[in-house]
Amino acid sequence: MSQITPQIWGLIWTSTLQTLQMVSLSTLFSVLLGLPLGILLCITSPANQGGLRPKPLLNEVLSRIVNVLRSFPFIILIILLFPLSRLIVGTAIGTKSTIVPLSIAAAPFVARLVETSLKEVDPGVIQAAKTMGSTDSQIVFKVLLPEALPSLIAGLTLTIINLIGYSAMAGAVGGGGLGDLAIRYGYQRFRTDVLLVAVVIIIVLVELIQFVGNRISAKMMSKR
Amino acid sequence: MQITLKNLVRKYENVHAVENVSLSIPSNQIFGIIGLSGAGKSTLVRLVSLLEKPDSGEVWYDDVRVDNLPEKEIIQRRRRIGMIFQNFNLFSSRTAGQNIAYPMEICKYPKDEIEARVKELLEVVGLSDRKDAPISTLSGGQKQRIAIARALACKPDILFCDEATSALDPKTTQSILALIKDIQRKMNLTVVMITHQMEVVRDSCDYVAVLSDGVVVEEGPVKELFEHPKTNVTKEFMSHLTSNAHNVSEEGVVMWSDLPARFTLRFMDNKVETPVISDVIRKYDVTFNIIGAGIQKVGDIKVGTMVCDISGDSETVAKAVSSLKKRGITVEEAQA
Repeated sequence: MSQITPQIWGLIWTSTLQTLQMVSLSTLFSVLLGLPLGILLCITSPANQGGLRPKPLLNEVLSRIVNVLRSFPFIILIILLFPLSRLIVGTAIGTKSTIVPLSIAAAPFVARLVETSLKEVDPGVIQAAKTMGSTDSQIVFKVLLPEALPSLIAGLTLTIINLIGYSAMAGAVGGGGLGDLAIRYGYQRFRTDVLLVAVVIIIVLVELIQFVGNRISAKMMSKR
Repeated sequence: MQITLKNLVRKYENVHAVENVSLSIPSNQIFGIIGLSGAGKSTLVRLVSLLEKPDSGEVWYDDVRVDNLPEKEIIQRRRRIGMIFQNFNLFSSRTAGQNIAYPMEICKYPKDEIEARVKELLEVVGLSDRKDAPISTLSGGQKQRIAIARALACKPDILFCDEATSALDPKTTQSILALIKDIQRKMNLTVVMITHQMEVVRDSCDYVAVLSDGVVVEEGPVKELFEHPKTNVTKEFMSHLTSNAHNVSEEGVVMWSDLPARFTLRFMDNKVETPVISDVIRKYDVTFNIIGAGIQKVGDIKVGTMVCDISGDSETVAKAVSSLKKRGITVEEAQA
């Protein structure tokens, strides 16, 4: 087995950066899409589940969309979303275009996490906020979100880790990043060492994110 | 602020309902609503505090009908209602001081005004040193004090206390009740206290309504209710008061036997000082076996309570009892 040359190390470095880029941007976009969707899912749910403005039909429709999107195998979703990636990014291959399916795959996941976190907020606290004459938006932004923050942070950690996994999968269809490297060099060119390095970097990233996420959550809880 | 309820009805499928409640809650008084769990207290308070609309009936604050106000005005009106809860319901994401600031933030008070009022309110509830404390570091009594400060932030004219002392120990309960009484006098509040504890009514309320199965079965000044409880529901509450009194010295009732007694006699005010029992024994051929007795205070008046058996032939006992009643003593007879 040949050694890992500086050239290949350079490739590993670039791939790591690509993974970081994909994960961070798709996290951003999936939160931008998923957070409002999650809030909407929570406030339109039936009153006995903590819905501020129960809207059964809207809630049902949103819920179905979220479920359908979540049940797609990610690899199929990427292929189905090729046209959309082309439309937004201009191409269907490479790091940037992978961000589109990544964000769309993670958004419904984020939405469910947000919904669950918000529904865990003590109904008594919401009642108190209502009695004091809070408007619905005040309840969402000044009560629900801050009260649920530690749980939201835990959800965000989970989302980022999921996205690292998804982004590696995107390598199978030319998505770039560490997954791509592992498949093209490690698997197709029988470079087990490169494959191992890629996997180790992914593991380290996951551990790091989990560690930081736990720390932030714990720190928040200790101030409450 | 006088609150008038007219024929309030609110029914649910599973939750305890309000069947038909009409009440007049006088301005600047502490009004107790007592009932067992399931009597419809929580529903009633949700109706009166505008959290829910009644199926039928009306809620009036002074001369304004409030139950049918449009949403926006209801929100505005709620901002001048204070409310405290059994579980305190403080925001865990905020410090004690920030909790008190919340109602003022949503009413868009200027920042410096909020700051000053938070400081003032912390002084009122005696927790000036806990301004930056996280909620979880406060004791139950401190939490309720912060909740009271928060309820008072926007200078309400009504304060609802929904089982506000039910989660607290007797000593803390007393101090919270004392605080509420003090605040009520200073700030001219109409206070509505929802509770299942007769002690709370006795120690703090001016008027009381007894709620049972969604209807008011009895209401009036606390004194009168203690003097002449009319319904079984009320008597039931009163009897708990006596038996609870067991070892609590401040209640002033001492029981020296756990034997069930047939009669509970209540002596009001001046009758506490006349020798009624001796008179009755002399006049009729009966004997008294006293199981427990003591003197309790209801507001400013004394209530003597005596738990006893009266023995003799049944006709004479009945005569003795009616004689006691004629002398203004309330006689409650336990169901055999």
